Amino acid sequence: MTFKVIVKGKASGKILKTNTPINFLGAVDKKTGIIHDKKHDLVGRSIKDSILVFPYGVGSSVGAYTIYSLKSNKSAPLAMICTKADLSVASGCALANIPMVIATEELEKLENGKEITLDTESDKLIVFRG
Amino acid sequence: MELTKEEESALKGEHGEAMETAYRILVAIGEATNAEKLVPIKWAHLSGVNYNTIGDAGEEFLSKLSQDARVKVMTTLNPMGFDFDSVSKYNLDKNFIEKQQSIKQSYEKMGVIPSFSCIPYEIFDLPEKGTQVSFAESNAAIYANSVAHLKTNKESAFSALASALTGKTPYSDLRINDSPNLTIKMKIDEPNELAFGMLGYFAGKIADNSVTISGVSEMNKRSCKSLCGGMGTSGRCGKFFLGEGKADAEKIDFGKKEMQNIYDELNTSDHGDIITLGSPQLGLEEMADLSSMLKGRSFSKRCMVFCPRVVQEQARKIGYTNELERAGCEILSDCCTCLTPLVDKNEIDSVTTNSIKGAYYLKSSNGVDVNLKPLSQIIKDETK
Repeated sequence: MTFKVIVKGKASGKILKTNTPINFLGAVDKKTGIIHDKKHDLVGRSIKDSILVFPYGVGSSVGAYTIYSLKSNKSAPLAMICTKADLSVASGCALANIPMVIATEELEKLENGKEITLDTESDKLIVFRG
Repeated sequence: MELTKEEESALKGEHGEAMETAYRILVAIGEATNAEKLVPIKWAHLSGVNYNTIGDAGEEFLSKLSQDARVKVMTTLNPMGFDFDSVSKYNLDKNFIEKQQSIKQSYEKMGVIPSFSCIPYEIFDLPEKGTQVSFAESNAAIYANSVAHLKTNKESAFSALASALTGKTPYSDLRINDSPNLTIKMKIDEPNELAFGMLGYFAGKIADNSVTISGVSEMNKRSCKSLCGGMGTSGRCGKFFLGEGKADAEKIDFGKKEMQNIYDELNTSDHGDIITLGSPQLGLEEMADLSSMLKGRSFSKRCMVFCPRVVQEQARKIGYTNELERAGCEILSDCCTCLTPLVDKNEIDSVTTNSIKGAYYLKSSNGVDVNLKPLSQIIKDETK
C-alpha cells in the first residue's frame, strides 16, 4: 500500500471502515463519537477508539472543531486513514494530534474489523495483527 | 513542502505556542494538498464561532489561544448562535450565553472584526481579482472563487485560523489555476433559488475541487447564494464555472429526476411550524426584495429573517426593516438558520425554509423536520 503521512503518530486498534464521506459537523456526535446521520451507512456506530477508514470529510469547515472536540471528550478515533485529502480532517487531526494518513491504493486490504497497528515512524507503516 | 528559515523556527516553537500550533496546521494541510510553499494572503474569514458547533473544547481552545495570539491580516467572522440584542426573549440557558460571550471575546481579543456574518463577500469591499484569501465558510469560499474571482481553497475552521495568525497559506489546489473535469448541465426550466440550491447540493456530491455548470446564463443574487450554500454543504467542491467546460470533461445532467431525489432527501414535512429565511444570511438586495414582496401582506406564523448587523442597520435607515416587521418578520443579526439554538426541537417540530444548506443542518443538528419551498411560494402560502 502507498501512503502519505499528514499527521505523525502511532496507534493500534480495530478498523471501522466506510465508503461514504463523513460530514463531521452534521453527522457525528462530538461528545460520544456516535454517527447520528440516518443517511450514513455507519449510523448508530461509534467512531471512538477506532482506526477510522473513510474516503474524505465533506461539508462544513467547522468539522475540524468536531474532530478536536471528539479528542477532548476522549471519543475520537485512534487514527484516521483517508483516500483523499480534505482540509477539515487534516487540520482537525493536526490540532488534536490524531495520526492521519492518506492511502492511495490497495485500500481493500483495510477490511472492517481487522486489528492493525499504524506507526508513521516505522518502515512498515501498517502491521496487521491477529 | 519547503519552509523558509523563519517558518521552520516558528514550527519548532521558537515564536511561541500559538505560532507553533498555526504552523503545525499549515504544514498538515500543505502536505495533504501537495503544496510546495506557503504564500501570503490578504484576508481570512473564520468559522467556528457558534457555541453550538464548537462546544466546550472549542471555547477553551480559543480562550487559551487568545491569551497571546493576534491576527496578522484582516480577519472576519462567521455567525454565532444568537443575537445578543434579542437573546433575552428566547428560552436559552445561561451556560450557552456565557460560553458564547467568551468565544466572542476571544476572537475580539485576537483582533478579529466581529462581523458575525456568513456573507463577507456582500458586506466588505472586495480586494482586486486574483487576490489570495482564506475563507472557511463554505458558501463564502465558493462565492469568493466563482463570483468574486478571489482565490481560496475550501478552508477548514483551523486552516483559516492558522492563515489569519500567520498571514500565510499553502499554495495548492484552487489557489493555482484549475479546470474542472466535470460539467453538469442544468436542465430545469425557469429555475428558482430552491432549484439552484438543489443543483449546488447535487454538484457538491459528485464534483471534486471544481465543476462547470452549463445551461445557466444568469442567476439572481438569491439563486447564486443558494447554489453556493447547497454546494458547500454536500461535498468538497470549492468553485464553479458557468459555461460549457472542457470538451473531454465528464458530462452529467441535472434534470427533474435528479432534482426530485435531492428534494426527497432534504424535504421531510409538508408544512412548517415556523419559517426561517437566511442561510446564507440575506444581503441588502434580498431585504429590499423581501420587503417589496411583502407589501400589504402579513405572515400568519412566526418568520425569522437572518441578516448581518450592518445590513440590518442599512435596511432600517432605508425603511425595509419597518415593512418587514410590520409583516410579522423577526429580524435577527449575528446568527443564521444554520445551527442556531433559537430553533429548538422541544418547541417546534418543523421549519419551512427556502435554504438547502439550512435544511441539511436543521434536520441533522437541530433535529427538526423541514418543509422546502421557494420564497415566492412561502409568501403565497404563508401570508395574507
